[in-house]
Amino acid sequence: MRSTRTIEMSTGLFVLLGFASLFFLVTQITNRELSVDSKSYDVEARFENIGSLKVGAAVSMAGVTIGRVASIRLDQGVYKAVVRMKINETYDKIPADSDAAIMTSGLLGGQYVGITAGGAEEYLKNGGRIELVQDALVLENLINQLAASFSNRGSDTGKQPAAQETK
Amino acid sequence: MNTFRELFENLREFAVAVGAVTMFLLRMLRHLPRAITRPSLIVEQIYNSGALSLVIIMICGVFIGAVVGLQGYEVLQRFGAEESLGVGAALALLKELGPVVTALLFAGRAGTALASEIGLMRATDQLTAMEMMAVDPVLRVAVPRFLGGAISLPLLAMIFIGIGLYGVQLIAVQQLGVDAASFWSQMRAAVRVDDVTDGLVKSCVFGVVCSLIAVYEGYTAIPTAEGVGRATTRTVVISAVLVLMLNYMLTAVMLR
Repeated sequence: MRSTRTIEMSTGLFVLLGFASLFFLVTQITNRELSVDSKSYDVEARFENIGSLKVGAAVSMAGVTIGRVASIRLDQGVYKAVVRMKINETYDKIPADSDAAIMTSGLLGGQYVGITAGGAEEYLKNGGRIELVQDALVLENLINQLAASFSNRGSDTGKQPAAQETK
Repeated sequence: MNTFRELFENLREFAVAVGAVTMFLLRMLRHLPRAITRPSLIVEQIYNSGALSLVIIMICGVFIGAVVGLQGYEVLQRFGAEESLGVGAALALLKELGPVVTALLFAGRAGTALASEIGLMRATDQLTAMEMMAVDPVLRVAVPRFLGGAISLPLLAMIFIGIGLYGVQLIAVQQLGVDAASFWSQMRAAVRVDDVTDGLVKSCVFGVVCSLIAVYEGYTAIPTAEGVGRATTRTVVISAVLVLMLNYMLTAVMLR
């Protein structure tokens, strides 16, 4: 039998190691900074089409996540999707005429709301609405347009396709 | 007709066993307040089933993590998504592999030790001797071992997961060249605190189950050399089956 002191010390080290691991797992590999319950204010935007945007998706400005999508519903009066976003209170200087666009992270990544700053002196307040919006890029529509422009090129050679303008 | 009777017999045996284990658990719980007044006994048992299992847990953690990294990379790189390896590996370790593998190892390392120790006490009449001295063997022997095991397993599982992530990182980042920054940042963005608590709850449940089975099997062992051997074997078999079954049920409940 080992002495009580050795047992107590090893047990202490073991317990400390266990709690240190738990602490590491909670603080280092989880993302808490923008949980919805932190202080935030609500902003609304109406989109014609939100694609596959989900509740909880990021709201980002210049690539920095500043909030989360809190709820999505359909306004049956105008047949538009109403996206309510919770924006972290530390970001309270977003111009009122900023525009919101639904973007995709990577080719197959999830969708998020990207906000681009406008030039107004006034800032977005709790319950405010972003008027300038840009809908989600629906891949099917894009392919249809592409197919249409290709078939147009066959008949109408005077029209330059978009791909060549970049050269 | 005979098979029906056998089936009925088996079902009755099963019900009796479940009942006996539950009674034993209640008996230990009744002694809980008094057992806590002697923490040195519990500390000793945390040392026996926790600290002494640490090395095997850490070694297995590294290798499980490494194999998750290897297999995950192999699959994800087909889709060009090897940066997501961190997310997949962290969730797999936190929610399934960590609690389950730790519980299985715990049943093999600490559970067998508990069962054979108590069984041998039974076989050498030490438990009867305690009763003669008006010392309740449940209070003196069973409860501290049960508590020690139930406390140790969640801690071991957390250590296992931490070490496992290190193993994943070792293979994925150091060897296969996944970008370290996106490995960690994607993991951080996708893993929620709930995922950690899910794993913690699971390992607490497994801790109670594994320790209970080990202590019960040892305590009720037939007092012969063969009986102690059978109690040890049954501990591992029953713990493993129960852990895997409960794991499925807990996962089903948690994903709702």
